[in-house]
Amino acid sequence: MGHGFSTLLYKEVLRFWKVASQTVAAPVLTSLLYLLIFSHVLEGHVKIHGIAYTAFLIPGLVMMSVLQNAFANSSSSLIQSKVTGNIVFVLLPPISYLEFFLAYVLASVVRGFVVGAGVLLATFWFAPLTFAQPQWIFVFALMGGAILGSLGVIAGIWADKFDQLAAFQNFLIMPLTFLSGVFYSISSLPLFWQHVSHWNPVFYMIDGFRHGFFGVSAASPWLSLAVVGVCLAVLTVFTLNLLKRGYKLRA
Amino acid sequence: MSAAIRIQQVSKCFGSTQALDRVDLEVDQGEFFGLLGPNGAGKTTLISALAGLVRAAAGSLSVMGHDVQSDYRAARRHLGVVPQELVFDPFFTVRESLKIQSGYFGIGDNDSWIDEILENLGLTAKANANMRMLSGGMKRRVLVAQALVHRPPVIVLDEPTAGVDVELRQTLWAFIRRLNEEGHTIVLTTHYLEEAESLCGRIAMLQSGRVVALDTTARLLRRFSTHTLRLRSHGEIPADLVRGAAQSGGWWSLPFDNFEEVEPLLARIRAAGCRIDDLEIGKPDLEEVFIRVMQGQAEAPVN
Repeated sequence: MGHGFSTLLYKEVLRFWKVASQTVAAPVLTSLLYLLIFSHVLEGHVKIHGIAYTAFLIPGLVMMSVLQNAFANSSSSLIQSKVTGNIVFVLLPPISYLEFFLAYVLASVVRGFVVGAGVLLATFWFAPLTFAQPQWIFVFALMGGAILGSLGVIAGIWADKFDQLAAFQNFLIMPLTFLSGVFYSISSLPLFWQHVSHWNPVFYMIDGFRHGFFGVSAASPWLSLAVVGVCLAVLTVFTLNLLKRGYKLRA
Repeated sequence: MSAAIRIQQVSKCFGSTQALDRVDLEVDQGEFFGLLGPNGAGKTTLISALAGLVRAAAGSLSVMGHDVQSDYRAARRHLGVVPQELVFDPFFTVRESLKIQSGYFGIGDNDSWIDEILENLGLTAKANANMRMLSGGMKRRVLVAQALVHRPPVIVLDEPTAGVDVELRQTLWAFIRRLNEEGHTIVLTTHYLEEAESLCGRIAMLQSGRVVALDTTARLLRRFSTHTLRLRSHGEIPADLVRGAAQSGGWWSLPFDNFEEVEPLLARIRAAGCRIDDLEIGKPDLEEVFIRVMQGQAEAPVN
């Protein structure tokens, strides 16, 4: 990877960091509000895999923040650059489509990690957390962030207007993340909805991530790793192909 | 020595619109080249194809001998493009924008060259201002600066003076002229024909995606435009002179090629008993050339 890649990565990180109150502080506060409300209602009533509800909820909120912010970073950066026209600044230089892809996706992962760490810092006071198998925490945060970062690249390139991007976010990303077992264990669902949830790749990201904290989960972390790995591979190939063809970027 | 720009049989459609139709064009190193044509003639599409922003459907383009598709990295390193749209990244200051742009081209430490560009474009005082805070003219200067950070041997300016004030025009052209004198190849599109006439050594005119005229500025002027002797007089102009002349608003315009013809012309008018009230000499101008080429493209030979 050349200097073009590292500069684009730096620029993408600097971009969200310059408006950190919107891109970091706001999602951390949102997660904190979820925690305060849900734990107030459910703490003491619900235990999942023998874990107190608030402790169970925290990793879910952290991972949801990682995923949503990874998506938001690449998608909003690209749509803004396209709408304002300054996308030419990255299309004119000798940056390969692979460098372009990696820079946007990695910057999304960085944003996800920063927000995720912020949520963890803001919430871990509320319940005793363990870090049973931290390697899973890292692996799923990285891969989940990369998947949503790639989806953000696809959405940002595909959308011509902000409302199209909002539709992608509201009708695809939000349901997938909210219905993935962030707030509940899917074992508590009726059988039909359990089966449906097993078709949601985000479920495996959350479940595998949570396994890193408690060492227990609904699915085996290895199964989750396989599902998440396949998703990442498919999306990477798909996105690289779009970029190579210059879809909507190089007419 | 390879051509600065070589465009061979390049075609491009957008839907049913033929934006470029088998365009052939070659610009030598060190030239100051003008690309003229009405709106929608294909100038920006041609520049976009050269810059890799648009993919040509047929034909090939190269910059300093590097094909813009197969050898895009080298082609783009040799090319600096000032886009027509006034675009900017609102997140960054002027200096940040220029440092980031340098990095995209693989240049880490570029501060002294950035300082020099800022100085030459009158941007030094604005170096640490956010892009959003700049006036339109200042943003335009930054666009020019961004195109120059990697010291490209070939510089393409797509209507750089559209809607900018006199001061910026003069600053800009002084700097671009200097770069040209230092060996940079300059390609310019503009609707200000007097600008093209005074700057460009050679000119191509595009119409509906085709090159309809291509020659040195001097030859184009000679071929399609002449000097004119414009005068207002009392009395009849000799009949044989009236034939080549045009009349409007009490003024006669008599075409001539060499200044030696002026004295005999005046002598004959005087001899015919005319009294000249007012007189001026019009130079050939590119506007006339442009209009004649666009109106009667069939008679305009393409070389």
